[in-house]
Formats: sequence, structure tokens, C-alpha cells
Amino acid sequence: MKQQSFEQQHRQTWERIEQALAQRKQTESSILLADDYMLLCQHLALAKQRLYDITLIERLNSLALNVYRELYRYQRGSRFNFFSFLWRQFPLAIYRQRYFVLVATLLFLLPGLISGIWVYLDEFAIYSVMDTPQVRNVEQMYDPEARKLGRERESDTDVMMFGFYIMNNIGVAFRCFAGGLLAGIGTLLVLMFNGLHIGSVAGHLSRLEYFDTFYSFVITHGAFELTAIVFSGAAGLRLGYAVINPGPFNRISSLQIAARELIPLLYGIILMLTIAAFIEAFWSSSTVIPVSVKYTVGGLCWVLVLIYSFSGKRFESR
Amino acid sequence: MLDTTYRAEIPGGIELEAQVVGPLPRFLAFALDLMIRGVIMIVLSLAMIPFGLVGAGLWFLVFFLVEWFYPVLFEVFARGQTPGKKTLGISVVHDDLTPVTFGSSLVRNLLRVVDFLPLMYLLGLISMICNQRFQRLGDLAAGTLVISVKKTIKPRLLEEVKPLAPAVELNRHEQTAMVDFLHRSSQISAARKQELASILDGVTHAADEDKVLTLQRIGAWYLGVR
Repeated sequence: MKQQSFEQQHRQTWERIEQALAQRKQTESSILLADDYMLLCQHLALAKQRLYDITLIERLNSLALNVYRELYRYQRGSRFNFFSFLWRQFPLAIYRQRYFVLVATLLFLLPGLISGIWVYLDEFAIYSVMDTPQVRNVEQMYDPEARKLGRERESDTDVMMFGFYIMNNIGVAFRCFAGGLLAGIGTLLVLMFNGLHIGSVAGHLSRLEYFDTFYSFVITHGAFELTAIVFSGAAGLRLGYAVINPGPFNRISSLQIAARELIPLLYGIILMLTIAAFIEAFWSSSTVIPVSVKYTVGGLCWVLVLIYSFSGKRFESR
Repeated sequence: MLDTTYRAEIPGGIELEAQVVGPLPRFLAFALDLMIRGVIMIVLSLAMIPFGLVGAGLWFLVFFLVEWFYPVLFEVFARGQTPGKKTLGISVVHDDLTPVTFGSSLVRNLLRVVDFLPLMYLLGLISMICNQRFQRLGDLAAGTLVISVKKTIKPRLLEEVKPLAPAVELNRHEQTAMVDFLHRSSQISAARKQELASILDGVTHAADEDKVLTLQRIGAWYLGVR
């Protein structure tokens, strides 16, 4: 068949598709597209096989590409079920990365413990981790004399700190994850540095015996924040491991498989850090709530978060 | 790297072609988006002045969202295009040319911080140059690429050319060449057309002014004009 008669024969179909694409907001157009799409694929295959001229092939190709992207586009609300995610997908993702979670926990805890004990025992050790203004700042924040917990205390300040915690903490978690791409080194540094920093602050404040002001402040949101940082570290390590040891895959496929596995974990980290920011801004900093209540609630949060984190195993298929 | 054509076999049983986009348009799109983000944040910081600390909190929140989720939300809900990409006529797709999902867009945009290292997207640029699809590290991990979605210009057909049956039957590739010559005639200068046509002097034996027309008529014959 000559090209011109081919074009004449099918021009109507192509114009119909072009119209449907132009008014793609309407739902019924997608049904029309699905039918015409198969025809279009046929036409493109024929045009290529018969070596019709390049402009026709290009036109059909770009038309087919547009219909294809339309048919496979993201459907609002159809893919993501929040409850199934919370109940099943997130714990399962944690379970599947359990070895990386373990390593991340150690990388975070050990420097924290070591520096904590060191700073607790040695009066001047804190100054090798932080400079003097920083140390003074931390001391002021948790000084029982001042009776002002955390950073500051009016409800306006709470809102501001909420915004700040979201920006800062989720940002740290994201960088911790992304750093894994550099063979895991970025993640390693973020985890160890944060462990070291938090450990020395805790050690220093324990030395000064600011127990109640400090620990009652950090215990509740720490349950979510510290765990989420460890999870983001695990995600980063998984990514780095995929780069270092691709196993039976080529390096890029291995990386893509790892990234796909980690998506539920990333959603979960964002969720946990949002909760943590809420608690840190509106609950932890409150001076009205008695310290004993804070310890009880905080302890409960830790137990719940830990139980939740270990709840993924039963969903693993054998 | 010179041939930017990317081919993907799709469930329709055919191979679709797309043109992958190199570093410069992508950088321009990014710069444009950066400007838009900057304007949003400046306008917001002015608007938040009356609200004091609450306003500051909101500002931090929006800053976080704009920093990390501006590209993600646009790529997922606006056909793979942030405003900057839309201006440049480029779009993010999966490597099977399907539109990006939330998950892959999140991955490619979170890993942006690594591509940025050590400064000004140097690592991303090196990665783009090192593979044929111009993928930065985030793209490699998410399995995405950036393609051109510019509208192709439809060729204007020449005014009526009478078809002419060639003296010998041409093979299919030669036929295609004839038809292409006819279609492109409007875009090629007269002198160049003469030059191209004279390659076939030994075959057409046409006079100078007729050379081009003869080839166009043969093209019209193979196009199916009768």
C-alpha cells in the first residue's frame, strides 16, 4: 500500500486520538484511547515495516508515546492505601532490611555510648566535640534553675519550632539516606556524627546532673526521632551495599532494586519524623506536664515503637 | 552520546522512540525552578511578617516542602514536568517511557543531594556524561530518564507535483529517500536541492532545471499520488 492511501485511510483515527489527547481531563476519553491505542500501535509497526517516510513515522511515534504516557499515568488515590501501608508495608520493609537496621543501630549507638561515657567521666572532653558557645547554649537550655525546657516556651514558639524540626530533622534523615549512594560512606558519617553529638550532650548534661530537664524532654519524641534516623541510616546502607555488592545483577539494576525496596521505608521515615516534630514542639517542651507523666508516656512510646518495628516478620511470605 | 535516540519496547508490541535530554536544558530547567522557588519563599517571608513566630514556623514548613517536594509533586501530578521542565519542553519518565510514580520521583529527587556534590551538580554531570541516557545518579537509582516532549513540526507538503513513474523499479530504501526528498523540499535551499539532485545525474539524465522536479515527481509517485 502506498503511503498516501495509508494516510488517507487512517487519518480519521489519528485525528480522533489527537482530539482525545487534547481534552484528556474528561474521563471517557481514556476509554476511547485504549481502543485506538492498539490500532495506532499497528499503524506505527506497519509504517516502520513498509519504510514509509520519516515524518509520518515520527508523527505516529510521538502520538503513540503520548497515548502511552496517558494510559499509564498516575491515577489519583488508586495505588496507595494508608492503612495497609501502616499495618503491613512499613513493618515488612523494616523486617526485610533487618541486618542493615542492626548495623545502623550499632553505628549510631556505639559512638554515642563511647562519647557519652567519655564526656561523663572527663570534664573537658565535651570541648573536643563542641565549641564553647555551643556547650553554653546546651547548658542553658536544660538548666533546672531556668526551668525552661528544651528551647523556649510560648505556644507561638511551639509552632515555630515545629516548622523548624520538620525542616531540620527530615532534612537530616533524607541526607543520611542519600549519602548511602556514595558506597555507604555518607550514611556512615551522618550516623556516627549524630550518635557522637547526641551521646556527648547526654553525657555532659548527666555530669551536670540535669537529669529531669534533659531526659524528660527527649524521651518521648526520641522514640520516633532516633528510630527514624536509624531507619534512614539502614536505608542508606542498603543503597550503599547495592552499589558495592550487586550480587547476580549488574550494578545499576542492583541499585534500582534496592531503591524500589526502600520506598515504603522512606514514607515511614517521613511519617515518624513528622510525629516526632509534633511531640517535640507541643509536648516535650511543655512545662505544665509533670515530669513523671512525661517519663511514663515516653517509655510507653518507646515500647510501642519497638513492638511496631519488630512486627513485620509475620507478613513475610515463605 | 551523539545519538540521543532512546528506544523502549512497550506492551503494544512496538518500539517507541524518544530523545533523551542532555545536561544543559536540564540545568536551565533547574535554574528556572530555583528562581520560582526563590520567589515563592521571598513572597512568603514578606506575607508572614505580621504573623510573628507562627509565621516563622509556617515558613520553615513551606521551605521544607519546597526544598524536597516541589519537584516530586510536579513530576507526579503534572506529567513529569516542573514549571522549568515544561518551559524547556522536557519531561521525566521511567526507562520504559511510562510516567513517573511517586516512589521513583521521590528517590530521584532525594538523591539529588548526592548529585549536587561536591558542588554545582559535578557528580551528576559526570554521571550523565558516563552513560548513553544522560542519567544522573538519582535517575540511575530510580530508573528514570528525561526526554524531550517538544511538539514535532509537521512538514508542509509541496504544491501539487505530478507523479512520474521511474524508469527502473527502485528498492525500498531508495523509495524512502525519494519521498523524504519531496517532503523536505520546502526546508532545503534551491541551490542545495540542485546539488543533491545532481548526484543522480547519471540516472535521471534530466536537464539542470528539471533535475529537482524529476526527483520530486518520482517521490510523489512512491508516495502514492496518482
